[in-house]
Amino acid sequence: MTRKRLRRLFDYAMAALALAFCLAVTAGARAQTVELLNVSYDPTRELYRAINAAFAQEWKAKTGKTVTIRQSHGGSGAQARTVIDGLNADVVTLALGGDIDAIAQRTKKIPADWQKRLPNNASPYTSTIVFLVRKGNPKGIKDWGDLAKPGVGVVTPNPKTSGGARWNYLAAWAWAKKANNGDEAKTREYIAALFANVSVLDTGARGATTTFAQRGIGDVLLAWENEAYLVGEEFGAEKFDIVTPSLSILAEPPVSLVDGNVDAKGTREAAQAYLDFLYTPKAQAIIAKHHYRPMKPEAADPKDMAQFKTIDLVTIDKDFGGWTKAQPEHFGDGGTFDQLYKPKR
Amino acid sequence: MSEAALTPSPARPARRAGGARVRGESRLVQAILIAIALVFLLLVLGLPLASVFVEAFRKGWDVYLEGLSDPDALAAVRLTLLVAAIAVPVNVVFGLAAAWCIAKYEFRGKTLLTSLIDLPFSVSPVISGLVYVLLFGAQGWFGPWLKANGVEIIFALPGIVLATIFVTFPFVAREVLPLMQSHGTADEEAALTLGASGWRTFWTITLPNVKWGVLYGVLLCNARAMGEFGAVSVVSGRIRGLTTTMPLHVEILYNEYNTVAAFAVASLLALLALVTLVLKTLLEWRYADHLSANGKH
Amino acid sequence: MQAAASRWRQPSILPGFGLALGVTLTALCLIVLIPLAGLVLKAASIGPAEFIAIARSERTVAALRLSFGAAFLAALVNAIFGMLIAWVLVRYRFPGRRLVDAAVDLPFAMPTAVAGIALAAVYAPNGWVGSLLDPLGVKVAYTPLGVAVALVFIGLPFVVRTVQPVLEEIEPEVEEAAALLGAERLRTVFTVVLPAVFPALITGFVLAFARAVGEYGSVIFIAGNVPMVSEIAPLLIVIRLEQFDYAGAAVVGVLMLLASFLLILLLNLLHGGLRRRYGHV
Repeated sequence: MTRKRLRRLFDYAMAALALAFCLAVTAGARAQTVELLNVSYDPTRELYRAINAAFAQEWKAKTGKTVTIRQSHGGSGAQARTVIDGLNADVVTLALGGDIDAIAQRTKKIPADWQKRLPNNASPYTSTIVFLVRKGNPKGIKDWGDLAKPGVGVVTPNPKTSGGARWNYLAAWAWAKKANNGDEAKTREYIAALFANVSVLDTGARGATTTFAQRGIGDVLLAWENEAYLVGEEFGAEKFDIVTPSLSILAEPPVSLVDGNVDAKGTREAAQAYLDFLYTPKAQAIIAKHHYRPMKPEAADPKDMAQFKTIDLVTIDKDFGGWTKAQPEHFGDGGTFDQLYKPKR
Repeated sequence: MSEAALTPSPARPARRAGGARVRGESRLVQAILIAIALVFLLLVLGLPLASVFVEAFRKGWDVYLEGLSDPDALAAVRLTLLVAAIAVPVNVVFGLAAAWCIAKYEFRGKTLLTSLIDLPFSVSPVISGLVYVLLFGAQGWFGPWLKANGVEIIFALPGIVLATIFVTFPFVAREVLPLMQSHGTADEEAALTLGASGWRTFWTITLPNVKWGVLYGVLLCNARAMGEFGAVSVVSGRIRGLTTTMPLHVEILYNEYNTVAAFAVASLLALLALVTLVLKTLLEWRYADHLSANGKH
Repeated sequence: MQAAASRWRQPSILPGFGLALGVTLTALCLIVLIPLAGLVLKAASIGPAEFIAIARSERTVAALRLSFGAAFLAALVNAIFGMLIAWVLVRYRFPGRRLVDAAVDLPFAMPTAVAGIALAAVYAPNGWVGSLLDPLGVKVAYTPLGVAVALVFIGLPFVVRTVQPVLEEIEPEVEEAAALLGAERLRTVFTVVLPAVFPALITGFVLAFARAVGEYGSVIFIAGNVPMVSEIAPLLIVIRLEQFDYAGAAVVGVLMLLASFLLILLLNLLHGGLRRRYGHV
């Protein structure tokens, strides 16, 4: 190789570098259309894909402008962390209020009273926690009490990082407290026995579902209701049964504008419209179709509504004193989860 | 143990294979040992590689192509290429500079410098991501300043590029260094004495001597840059179609039960790995002497 | 400036030392040293008592023990089988030998995430190998054993590629002499060949170990990620980070960084600097 050819090679490298920077710059500069970033939790991937398409269509019809919505998914706590670390989210749609509280406290980009800004505790839909078992329910799992029996393999994500898992944990707690007539020591005993049966503790709801459904680990998956239905759709309903426990928790996955970010980016109008859209009949119907319990059942297809069984539901605010109390008490460092989770070696 | 013996040379055909009977094992022992080695390689390397392609084509070509032509998958491919296109040249420049000063000069602290260049090799990729979050994250040391000036590093291209450069940091330097060392300084000194300028000497003497080593380093650096997962996942923010590189996109698809598409994108990366191997093997066969520091000098 | 410089470096007529060293140090500082210093500062900011408390907490200790234990086990497996593979490749002829030789480098080129999902697919209870092991009661994926399998994959080429060239260099005459003197084959191997390749084997072992300790991408897909059981230290860093516990993440990070640095130092002590290890070595 001659010197000239080497030089040319070097020139090519430099040209590639220059091109790369140009691409990067243009990527940032093509802001003709509005671009929103929705940072969400794990199981909502399919839901928001449908919602985003519907909203983009409506926004185009209404304003003539094009809106693109980018999605980021992960464990709810993990997602909140990335927003705190500076991810430029326009809206956050997380698994529980505690995670949005954390963003509000640590960044001041969201006002403290965010949950009052939209109807229904800022939750356009609710859900609950159910059990997914293998077809025919070979271990005979009927209710929470069966989960703590020896020989039952339980799969749940990690309450430390997953929002869904925190609902799982609190639902189990609520059941045990009721079953033991409020005896705290027995409740703790039950939770410890339940988590002694947990063989895999993934960081997000999706990881747990994959472990259970795809990898065939465990006998029962503690899952979001919507996720349990989705598993049936994705992996074949003939492989799984859904078991509805006698008592569960009303899970309210809330949404919020990230004020600090939308004001910096100038996207408040579109972002607000996006969140409002979630409460429209059109979106509510989509929500029910994806197995979330819509806030306005009348807007949904009655066929979709038929899937939701009536369950006795406790609530975070009434039974646990809200997330500001429940979060540190159960999931903070040294909280009940840390005290009771003693995995086998 | 001599240094030369420890300085590995590229894989060469076994010259003495099947040589003198007197020191060979019986055919049976040979066959057993070969069988054990092959089974082990099959279990650890062969089956996983095969499974990528089997899973990717499980539902046929159409579904496979559909998985790859998804706009988000294409965006991931573009981002991955872009990241490699920035990270690799940066590491080439750095690698040449580092090799030049370590190989051609004697100075105090050289061993320390060499160790520091080696450090990213054994640092966990997660840590390479973490350090940039601590530095440039909104809660980090420079976060507020960056925010005030509208500079995005974390959860954007610069962060991904930085993390990638970190994990591939020693690759080029480490390939070029032994070559430069083995060539000594006599050629360059002669050129300088004859009146050539420093740059000219570098372009005409030094670089041609190590060009195959550079190419080799680029190959490895590129493979790692395109395939890095841990470091990038910490700084990416996982915005579909925007900050997801191919390995991250594989994880996302995998978590969406879209196994076929996940393995389809994974198969592209596996293909990249295979191409890298082929090029590497070709380089080794053709230029074994140029690549090995103890080859001819 | 020149005079000052010459005190710590030997004079040379080659130009460009300043430029080259400048580029090197600048890149090193910007990319590696300052960020790592930031990590150390973050960990130090919580004070020694807290630092030790986190470092000695059950979960941190368990994660570190797993990371180091599994990496050690994997490096050991790699040392044994890597040695065998190198031996077979150098000494024997069989069809497809060159292909196998090239294939050994696959883990260098294969992205770790791809390796992770592929290994999980193969070793899960319903996978190709996992389904054979499951009736025997052996579970690989989602157990600490799965962690070790992923780390074996990652580390294999390091041992093979450090041992292989040394094996090639051994003069056949020595072995022949031993044989002629009446030594059994096995004894020849253990007394003549093994001592000759031992330093290379150790180097390969440490390289495989160093690479495996920090590995993340391939492991998280195949480990069950159960705290205290199958949660590796890098994952613990990620989890601490996801719980907003920056200092906690930094502490585990610093501990691992320390280990990395010691390993690199050990490697440099082993034979005064590493050589061409990342590729074919």
